[in-house]
Amino acid sequence: MAEALVLDDVCIQADSRRLLEIDRTIAPGAVLTLMGPSGVGKSTLLAWMTGSLPPDFAARGRLRLGRQDITDLPPHRRRLGILFQDDLLFPHMSVGQNLAFGLARGGDRRARIAEALEEVELAGFEHRDPATLSGGQKARVSLMRMLLSEPAALLLDEPFSRLDAALRAQVRTMVFERARARMLPVLLVTHDGADAEAAGGDLVTLDHAH
Amino acid sequence: MPGRRVHDRRGRLRAFPLLTLAAMLGPLAAGLWWTIRPALGMMDGAPSLGPLRATLDWPGLPAASWLSLTSGAVATLGALAITALILAGWTGTRAFGLLQRLLSPLLALPHAAAAFGLAFLIAPSGWIARAVSPWATGWERPPDLLIVQDPWGLALAAGLIVKEVPFLLLVSLAALPQAEAPQSLRIARALGYGRVTGFLLTVFPRLYSQIRLPVYVTLAYSMSTVDVAIILGPNTPPTLSVQIVRWMADPDLALRELAAVAALWQLALVLGGIALWRAGEVLVGRLGALWIGSGRRGRLDGVAGGAGFVLALLTALAVLAGLAGLALWSVAGFWSFPDALPDSLTGRSWARHGSDALATFGDTALIAGAATLAALALTVGCLETEHRGGLRPSRSLLLLYLPLLIPQTAFLPGLQIMLIRLRLDHGLLPVILAHLVFVLPYVFLSLSGPWRAWDGRIATLAAALGAAPGRTLWQVRLPMMLRPLLTAAAVGFAVSVGQYLPTLLTGGGRVSTLTTEALALASGGDRRAIGVWSLMQALAAFLPFALALALPALLFRNRRGMAHG
Repeated sequence: MAEALVLDDVCIQADSRRLLEIDRTIAPGAVLTLMGPSGVGKSTLLAWMTGSLPPDFAARGRLRLGRQDITDLPPHRRRLGILFQDDLLFPHMSVGQNLAFGLARGGDRRARIAEALEEVELAGFEHRDPATLSGGQKARVSLMRMLLSEPAALLLDEPFSRLDAALRAQVRTMVFERARARMLPVLLVTHDGADAEAAGGDLVTLDHAH
Repeated sequence: MPGRRVHDRRGRLRAFPLLTLAAMLGPLAAGLWWTIRPALGMMDGAPSLGPLRATLDWPGLPAASWLSLTSGAVATLGALAITALILAGWTGTRAFGLLQRLLSPLLALPHAAAAFGLAFLIAPSGWIARAVSPWATGWERPPDLLIVQDPWGLALAAGLIVKEVPFLLLVSLAALPQAEAPQSLRIARALGYGRVTGFLLTVFPRLYSQIRLPVYVTLAYSMSTVDVAIILGPNTPPTLSVQIVRWMADPDLALRELAAVAALWQLALVLGGIALWRAGEVLVGRLGALWIGSGRRGRLDGVAGGAGFVLALLTALAVLAGLAGLALWSVAGFWSFPDALPDSLTGRSWARHGSDALATFGDTALIAGAATLAALALTVGCLETEHRGGLRPSRSLLLLYLPLLIPQTAFLPGLQIMLIRLRLDHGLLPVILAHLVFVLPYVFLSLSGPWRAWDGRIATLAAALGAAPGRTLWQVRLPMMLRPLLTAAAVGFAVSVGQYLPTLLTGGGRVSTLTTEALALASGGDRRAIGVWSLMQALAAFLPFALALALPALLFRNRRGMAHG
């Protein structure tokens, strides 16, 4: 089941200027950290991976999950989970509805949602309005929503930068533990050295020299 | 080496921009074409200059043209000046908040209802004359003065100003953040300029370049309005646009050729008016640069700011008092001059006209609802295409303003001639399509801002959760957009409710809405009936706004994150 995430000779260009090149394989359960100042194309790489690259960029190279080439699949078929620095919980849905949104059809959906909430110590929160949760609670719901959609890999776009210091370490540990337990390859984009350290895996530093 | 895009993110949605342009520009082009043909006498034979000569022979032509030009220019200048002065003198103050709350809802009010209200207020037998009679004026009977329908079109211009100030104020407020007003103003004031002078010299030029098109829309509309001119404008001669409608309504079909010529002349007049206005912009810009070069700080700051506030307040109060007057007349029993209030109140007018008005309300709502739904579907389709293609807002959207810049009287007569020729002049469909031409731009302008401001990462996230674009649209984006969607719908509805000419000319005379019925009463002078119909018209325009406010609050009462969407 567990597959590696492969960035095969990827090159992203803006106006025929090379922005970023990367050629890496992230093994199941491993973390690859991309570090660098803003503007070097970290977010652009994630946009390309999720299939939302703006038209003024061009990209070469392939994106694979194990042996499956997902480069040309529509975004919703790529099975790449993503967490942004904001929780981005759907504000018009309850906590339970948020979790149900990404949950695959079939099975006892209600039980799986309850289980997921229990796993992050939010049992009984199904009917809560996400706007009434604390920052840490929102981050946990956001994480479980993503995991319930059963992604094959995880993309983290500076997901901890909005949390205060105490919470940050806690949420970070939680995310990496869950990813490792599910043997998901993780790509972490950050400009925080502590994030990179906590991730523990390989580190790629990008700079404007590209 | 750009990557080959295998999946087309836009798919079938690509038809929407084309459909939208067709819905707006199709009737425009068809109408103009069918105006040109009769104007050249080509309906039944070879081109001739007969219609042109006949139109030029009409003795009222110079006066009617001049009247259209002056009343339009005065109305636009007045509305722009008041808007600029209140923005300059009062933005950010409490008084401004009050003005904004008073003026904003007036945007929804149909022009005809505002014009009737104003007429009830300023007429020789109106509320103002009653309030000061007989103790101050000695009038025991309404004076024989031509205040409403004055030959100079001043009442007409006033009626337009009270409706255009809210419009220009709202578009200015939307554009103001890009003009960096607070920063520039702080610097100007530190340099010793007064509030108003500082604003006019530093912020206004940038603001104006943002609202130029809406100002042209105001000018084009003011120069060619029919309903306001019928109520408040002079009769002999009337404005050019009113004369066009009279010729179209004449049983003598030959006069339609005159109407067609006059329609083209009206178009030229409006385009010329816009060109003149543009020249005026350059002139004012030069004068402003001279002022800035001279370094004079100006001494009329307080006066200008005060005048702006008083005028804006008068604008709002005139419309509100007018509405109150309409309401009172609709329930007035015996009410003789110069009594300020009727002797008694009665439900007789409502009993007499209420059921008719309610039935007409149904037709009005049907037309407005259909046009608004179509406009919403097209707008959402276009915006979603733009989003999925990752496209930037297209320049071609300037075409949105085209139906608002071309005077209605320039192409709607042609549209009617075409519909009659092709025997399509029955049923509601032509009326709905004609309304759509004017509803679409406003719905688009209202919705596009909030739609584009939506956080695109949410779409990425929804896709990462496995949702196809359609599911993201229906389950995430549209519900999150409920508030702006309903506001846009209310705007579209109000625009449709207020339409007079499209209903009159494309309905083949058999479709009536609250607006056409109210206008039909204009010459009769039955104030109680006008009160009932105009009030129903105003209600029809306001009701959707009330719903747009109440519905999201109700649906999302347990969702704090949706409180300000």
